[in-house]
Amino acid sequence: MTAEQMTLARGLNAGLRQALTDDEKVVLLGEDIGALGGVFRVTDGLQREFGPRRVVDTPLAESGILGTAVGLAYRGYRPVVEIQFDGFVYVAFDQIVSQVAKMRARTGGAVSMPLTIRIPVAGGIGAAEHHSESPEAYFVHTAGLRVVSVSNPQDAATVLRQAIASDDPVVFFEPKRLYHVKGPVELEDLGAARPMGAAHVVRPGRDVTVATWGSHVSTAIDAAEAMADDGASVEVIDLRSLSPWDADTVVASVRRTGRLVVVQEGPRQAGVGAEICATVTERCFEHLQAPPVRVTGHDIPYPPAKLEGHHVPDLDRVCFGIDQALGRVPLDVPTARPEEVAA
Amino acid sequence: MPSTTDPRTRQDLSRAGESASSADSAHGGARDRAVPDRAVPDRAVPDRAVPDRAVPDRPASNGRPARASAPRGEGHDDVTVRLLDAEGVRHPDAAYDRWVGDVDDAALLRLYEDLVVVRRIDTEATALQRQGQLALWPPLLGQEAAQIGSARALRDDDFVFSSYREHAVAHARGVAPVDLLRVWRGAVGSGWNPHEARMAPMQVIIGAQSLQAVGYGVGILADAEREGRTGDTEVAVTYFGDGATSQGDVSEAFTFASTWSAPVVFFCQNNQWAISEPVSLQSKVPLVERARGFGMPGVRVDGNDVLAVLAVTREALHRARTGGGPTLIEAVTYRRGPHTTADDPTRYRTSAEIEHWEARDPVARVAAHLRGRGVLDDDVEARVQESADAVAAELRAGISQVEDPSWEAIFADVYAEPHHELAAERDAYARYLDGFEATGEDAR
Repeated sequence: MTAEQMTLARGLNAGLRQALTDDEKVVLLGEDIGALGGVFRVTDGLQREFGPRRVVDTPLAESGILGTAVGLAYRGYRPVVEIQFDGFVYVAFDQIVSQVAKMRARTGGAVSMPLTIRIPVAGGIGAAEHHSESPEAYFVHTAGLRVVSVSNPQDAATVLRQAIASDDPVVFFEPKRLYHVKGPVELEDLGAARPMGAAHVVRPGRDVTVATWGSHVSTAIDAAEAMADDGASVEVIDLRSLSPWDADTVVASVRRTGRLVVVQEGPRQAGVGAEICATVTERCFEHLQAPPVRVTGHDIPYPPAKLEGHHVPDLDRVCFGIDQALGRVPLDVPTARPEEVAA
Repeated sequence: MPSTTDPRTRQDLSRAGESASSADSAHGGARDRAVPDRAVPDRAVPDRAVPDRAVPDRPASNGRPARASAPRGEGHDDVTVRLLDAEGVRHPDAAYDRWVGDVDDAALLRLYEDLVVVRRIDTEATALQRQGQLALWPPLLGQEAAQIGSARALRDDDFVFSSYREHAVAHARGVAPVDLLRVWRGAVGSGWNPHEARMAPMQVIIGAQSLQAVGYGVGILADAEREGRTGDTEVAVTYFGDGATSQGDVSEAFTFASTWSAPVVFFCQNNQWAISEPVSLQSKVPLVERARGFGMPGVRVDGNDVLAVLAVTREALHRARTGGGPTLIEAVTYRRGPHTTADDPTRYRTSAEIEHWEARDPVARVAAHLRGRGVLDDDVEARVQESADAVAAELRAGISQVEDPSWEAIFADVYAEPHHELAAERDAYARYLDGFEATGEDAR
């Protein structure tokens, strides 16, 4: 079987089509996912192929979408929900964190919530307000959910299939910036695919570990190539899953390199990067040759499009973070009262 | 089904009344379809917020003209369906008699027994909370008829999504009394298996369950279509209160159910109070009027009249089963107890108001009616009370036997599939606890 070149959006579409074909209990719910095929065309053609009972246009209410998905799961269905944009998921927060996430524990395992909650995520596309959020930390903080983020068309297809097949609820982040980026996709033998929760070393290196996910995997690879010209060997890890996250792979890498940079687009405070840095510090303390470095968005509301370049980590900021980890430039950790620290 | 102390778990009141469907057809079936401009067919709503409410703490008028209404019989207001009045007098009702034509004296006596038993369970639970056997209890006192009348209309294969006060509904679904209380003891998250009882665990987040019922209803539709079944589907029934109608989820549920014609019954127990907030704070119009704006039929019923509640619920269920979509039922009732055992209602309402509602007691009116019919006498009443006391005694004995779960339970069932990270957390905590055992200390 040869791989086919397709965009990440088509990879998702292929994954959804397979899931709908293989399991009659899979239903898609979302706004504009029918005739339009979704605002990013991820569900293009699926309603025509599977009908309006399987690919369901919903009224415009995100809590309503999640709440009805819970009821469908009670009825034995396997709902795949599309939230149109990241910033629209907050009105569904209760149904996700209080209902979807807790239902299995609440019922002593009697009721499973095999939902997949697809959310286009993050910025860098010049979008309007509430269209460029990185809300992963909220969901990572919620027990009962699994949280994944894909970085390439192959994972788009395979991880989506795995998420839909999972009996646990999965929050599935799709970086908007990558929807139209092409890559090879192998649609057969998905059973042999890398497990949903496993991280992937996408570029091996010796001197510093860069851990990231979603759209910033490619930023990190670019940075690794740039740093190679500068004489530094950078290992890039695509976490793929944020909850649970594959600490073993990251820890093994940092024990070799002695240095860690985490790249995340969301705000710095209490982000996934903070969790990674804390765990790596706990488990690699004697191996660390420098404090872990976080390259993140600022602790600000997502800025207007013309200014997003100052917020979203880019090649230069990732390289700057790597330089700090390598001790090539002084570590510059934001500190509220530097004079007190100095004293 | 879970065990029950009542061998007569299910009265066969769910199928009866459906013979009235043919009568519907003869009448053109107007009641069986969601007809937006006839949402409340002949239940015109006057410009009073809650006719039965004694407390004059709300606007007497919302300034809108009253719709013309057909005069109803003695003992009725113009709006509320009532078959048995507070004195137990049975009033004929051209629209709803046919939905309870099969309910003879014996059947009504069984409903009476239901009411007595669930009231007794409720009383016992409140006592058990006061004695430290339960962490908390939300009493249903005053709402027995709304819950029994509606729940006894259900078929076994219907599915209930309720709030946290629907103890009588769960009882009618066959949940054993001790299982009703386990969650309030703080022992478990759900006292019963939802798939076995065909009732989701009680919902604490106000209104969240209404959407879940709609989703379940959509699943019913999809199943029926795939299996080629029509005309007699299961129904998803959701219970919520007057306070919940202010929640966005409930409005969203109305919209989703209505535009999708989902087989759902929205059963709103308007018990007049959301903890300390009166229903006038939730709505300027009678709650049943919400239905019209969402394009579904709405009906207001005397929630303390078990017979009327049975009738309107059967009608709504029949509509849902036969493709007519959702119905909003507003059962006008009263929460005579506190919101929960942690509440102090003397801070926000008067004893005069409670006395007003005590005079409209849901149990006493059935007793009066049955006495008038010669069905109930002192001996029968004593026997019913004895059997209720036996249920309470069994409950008391049973709840003290409910053991605290072991600590490992908090890590179980968080995920369906292996989760090595959480397992590692659990193991680390086990090692911590083992440390206490090694030194002979008590970890707790």
